[in-house]
Amino acid sequence: MERVNPTIEYLQEKFAAKILDSHAFRGDDTIVISGAGLREFFRSLKEDPKLDFNFLTDITAVDYLGKKEPRFEVVYHLYSLLLKHRLRIKVPVPEEDPVVESLTPLWRGADWLERAVWDMFGIRFHGHPDLRRILLYEEFQGYPLRKDYPVNQCQPLVPEREVQDTFVDQRSHNKLMQLQHNIGAKSRS
Amino acid sequence: MKTTVKELPGETMELQMGPSHPATHGTIKFNLKLEGEKVLDCDVEVGFLHRGFAKSCEQATWTQVIPYTDRLNYASPLINNVGYAMAVEKLLGIETPPRCRFIRVIVSELSRIFDHLTCCGMSASELGAITVGFYMMEARELIMRIVEAVTGARLTVTYVRIGGLKHDLPHDFDDQVGRAFEKVRRILADCDRLLSRNRIFIDRVSNVGVISKETALAYGLTGPLLRATGVSYDVRKADPYLVYNQMEFEVPLGVKGDNYDRFVVRIQEIEQSMRIVEQALKRLPPGPIMLEDPRIALPEKEKVYNSIEGLMNHFKLIMEGIKVPPGEVYFAVEGGNGELGFYIVSDGGGRPYRIRVRPPSFIGMSAFHEMIKGHMVADIVPTFGMINMIGGECDR
Repeated sequence: MERVNPTIEYLQEKFAAKILDSHAFRGDDTIVISGAGLREFFRSLKEDPKLDFNFLTDITAVDYLGKKEPRFEVVYHLYSLLLKHRLRIKVPVPEEDPVVESLTPLWRGADWLERAVWDMFGIRFHGHPDLRRILLYEEFQGYPLRKDYPVNQCQPLVPEREVQDTFVDQRSHNKLMQLQHNIGAKSRS
Repeated sequence: MKTTVKELPGETMELQMGPSHPATHGTIKFNLKLEGEKVLDCDVEVGFLHRGFAKSCEQATWTQVIPYTDRLNYASPLINNVGYAMAVEKLLGIETPPRCRFIRVIVSELSRIFDHLTCCGMSASELGAITVGFYMMEARELIMRIVEAVTGARLTVTYVRIGGLKHDLPHDFDDQVGRAFEKVRRILADCDRLLSRNRIFIDRVSNVGVISKETALAYGLTGPLLRATGVSYDVRKADPYLVYNQMEFEVPLGVKGDNYDRFVVRIQEIEQSMRIVEQALKRLPPGPIMLEDPRIALPEKEKVYNSIEGLMNHFKLIMEGIKVPPGEVYFAVEGGNGELGFYIVSDGGGRPYRIRVRPPSFIGMSAFHEMIKGHMVADIVPTFGMINMIGGECDR
């Protein structure tokens, strides 16, 4: 768009069918790819010696409600420690079925970053080993960084979680048993 | 007589450490699986300080976000300010005046010293070296005084503006820095004598919380955590912003990637930061500290009160915000704990469409279970301390 960029040119040559769009706005190399075969694409980015994107900087998402179709975009930032270049990869995700492939097999650091995206946007990551909420609590309703989540929304009160099988629990249980036993012994005599 | 050691049949115990634990300076919960005192697995629960930073930013104008960034890593608020303002400037496509760039470097480095002193001092005092904790607290106070003289606040500084700075340095800034650094260096030398060859301290931190180079990269660790493993990645060197390419400084590296290396890397970085501040002060050019662009900078009060153009300009900037062209950028600075990145999206209005912070301490905590597996419960404290998780940044 602004200048001919060697990285983007190379990528477009190599993955012509995968790349939907590309630009280098303000010097940030950006490509837009489709979600199918995402993990394999990232694997080739990581392993191609000419690209060598060995460092996963960040995973996040943006909600373009009413501005773009499909609604969500998952945004990845990669960096190459050796070649010292960055790349932004955007993956459009539809609202009806917000799923993308997880990158946890490639970078273990993707674990928490993907959990954070699930937590805030409700985008699922296929193949993630443990997709739980991370910053919010399990009983939280809705996904707060979606644009249709009102900023002043109140959450319902949730009941206190049952605590079971803890050390304290067991000890007080033993004490109770002891007490009952003693009382029983006394009343018999 | 020969004694036979019999392996006792162990039962795994689940222990919940936190969220409010006296030995962890931060609100965080560790769900531990223990065998005796050995940690088999650790599930870290974060988010106790979550306050919706990103959502709040979407309601505010671009300038109003700056106070929110103070509250990210509150041990180095000036670096957050600088990182955010520079991300917006990148999206605007503007460059700040040279004097402003030098001052930003100076305040960033002061903040980094502050951050490292907090981390090292607190970690040392948690291990029983309370003297070191107090000494470093004293050094921290000296830096804090300078920050206070520059910005007028101790923690919530809001000093940087989009396109410049709030105001210039005080007139006796050189002297203040010179005097404070002299004392800081003396204090660091004292701490070095107290700790660096101290058997008790080394036994507690050496070979604890080890993480290999490969694992550190797989988790995306940055900052002292990564450099302690021997990977030389510092945003100030890899992708120099402001005037870091004109400064002479070294990037201290560790070897093993244990807590001792992290501690040493941080202590050495303090010295490097002081070097940078001294160099920047020597070369500090005169000139304006704010861009003279009525679309970005607020007009002088003189004009606001006495002319209709000035008043309108002020009103528009305050009520509607700076108009940032539509687009998206990612900009990273080297924070106290690692790469602090801002990914911002604008739809062309006066308010951010989306702001994402890449929080280094969140990513540090995601690798915590790797560091602590196989170690003792007591090792959690130094390991956690050296990650320097700041709740405000980790949980946003």
